[in-house]
Amino acid sequence: MARVVAVTGNEAVAEALRQVNPDVSSAYPITPATDIMQRFTSFVSNGKVKTEMILVESEHSAMSGCIGASAAGGRVMTATSSQGLALMWEELFIASGTRLPIVMALVNRALSAPLNIHGDHSDGMGARDCGWIQLWSENAQESYDNTIQAFRIAEHMDLRLPAMVCLDGFIISHSIERIEYMEDDKVKNFVGEFKNLNPLLDLEHPVSYGPLILPDYYMEYRRAHAEVMSKVVGVVLDVAKDFEKISGRKYGLFETYRLDDAEVALVILNSAAGTSKDVIDAFREKGIKAGLLKPRLYRPFPYEEIGNALKHLKAICVLDRADAFGGSYGPLFMDIASSLYTCKEKPVLINKIYGLGGRDYMPEHAELVLNELAEVAKTGKVKTFKEYIGVRE
Amino acid sequence: MKLKGWKEVTPGAVCTEAGSALKFKTGSWRASRPKFIEENCIQCLFCWIYCPDMAVKVKDGKVTGFDYDYCKGCGICALECPGKKGNKAIVMEEEGK
Repeated sequence: MARVVAVTGNEAVAEALRQVNPDVSSAYPITPATDIMQRFTSFVSNGKVKTEMILVESEHSAMSGCIGASAAGGRVMTATSSQGLALMWEELFIASGTRLPIVMALVNRALSAPLNIHGDHSDGMGARDCGWIQLWSENAQESYDNTIQAFRIAEHMDLRLPAMVCLDGFIISHSIERIEYMEDDKVKNFVGEFKNLNPLLDLEHPVSYGPLILPDYYMEYRRAHAEVMSKVVGVVLDVAKDFEKISGRKYGLFETYRLDDAEVALVILNSAAGTSKDVIDAFREKGIKAGLLKPRLYRPFPYEEIGNALKHLKAICVLDRADAFGGSYGPLFMDIASSLYTCKEKPVLINKIYGLGGRDYMPEHAELVLNELAEVAKTGKVKTFKEYIGVRE
Repeated sequence: MKLKGWKEVTPGAVCTEAGSALKFKTGSWRASRPKFIEENCIQCLFCWIYCPDMAVKVKDGKVTGFDYDYCKGCGICALECPGKKGNKAIVMEEEGK
């Protein structure tokens, strides 16, 4: 029987990692992800997992350790946040370019400066085009479920790509929620035995990693990587189907909430989607046809599928918990706009930047936006295409 | 050598064939070439040890010359060569002279 527990998001991710029991982990502490590895290293010390734990001197080394261990032929994971992810920057590309199926929990936190330890998406968004798979999670349950599924996705023989599981710092990582843990053997069977591809430690078949690839071949490797990215959607859906069989919980590329017959909708990632759904219910009661779309697979972005899910709407507000300075709009907005670009009839799109550095996203923010959308849908007129909300003038 | 298309390259640029560097002839990088002056050679094999490639040809324990398919012309062999009585057995000459 599944165990129903009251735990934090970090605790749930650490439990998923215990159940997966990876071969190697290399990690460095950073708020708010510290708690995951702190709990996991306790599992290592207490003999609950057989993982070889490497404690390193920086995140640059943490990801380097993961790359080495993964190339050697192990199932590998780590966790980080914000500046830690930023320090891993060059290794992120090496991990993906070398096609190493490393799984990393990214507890989303704002980037310095100014220094801030609270939740926003600027870290994950900064790494969105580094060739990793990104799964975003609304709550502790999704963080736990995504972590388990991430191993199956990353290690799939058609992909062999690193995967990040994103959850909101503090809002999810440190808040206690009711969640369901699966039995250990179910998780173990689900992720299965780790399968190797060209491991360095296979002395019968010697290989070299990290060769210099000059202009005569670099583009071929990039084109091959782009092709592999295009296969992720199918694998994510297949893995979700298998996961549903053992958990009863359904996952897709994104979640829709009262969207099919909606006229206006919010597009929003992670924890703020929960608050938004409550407000959407209230607006439905008032007779306003409101809905929501919450991306789960953010990289690769399922442009076609999301475009199809949104094209019938009159007006959409994309809420970004990160800004893309100099890019005019927030990163999620730009992806949503791209997904609708090929449609002949397009909804009106507006963009709000909210919740930076852990600023609370309150029901009144969703109300404000939905009221504005209802007005836009009625009149077709937009006052401002992009603005910050919940900010003092 | 026919270049491979993107569907044929190995995942992650991993080289799965041992010794495949033999297929990559780096001699075209060379701007200057080592010239072997046999009468000054004391057969110490320093050039063979120091060569970062495998471009010093040795037969029966004796240096016989250079493999210009791979020699990049770095000049380490000429630098390390002790020669005989101050006369170098390897000197670098400008390529194409």
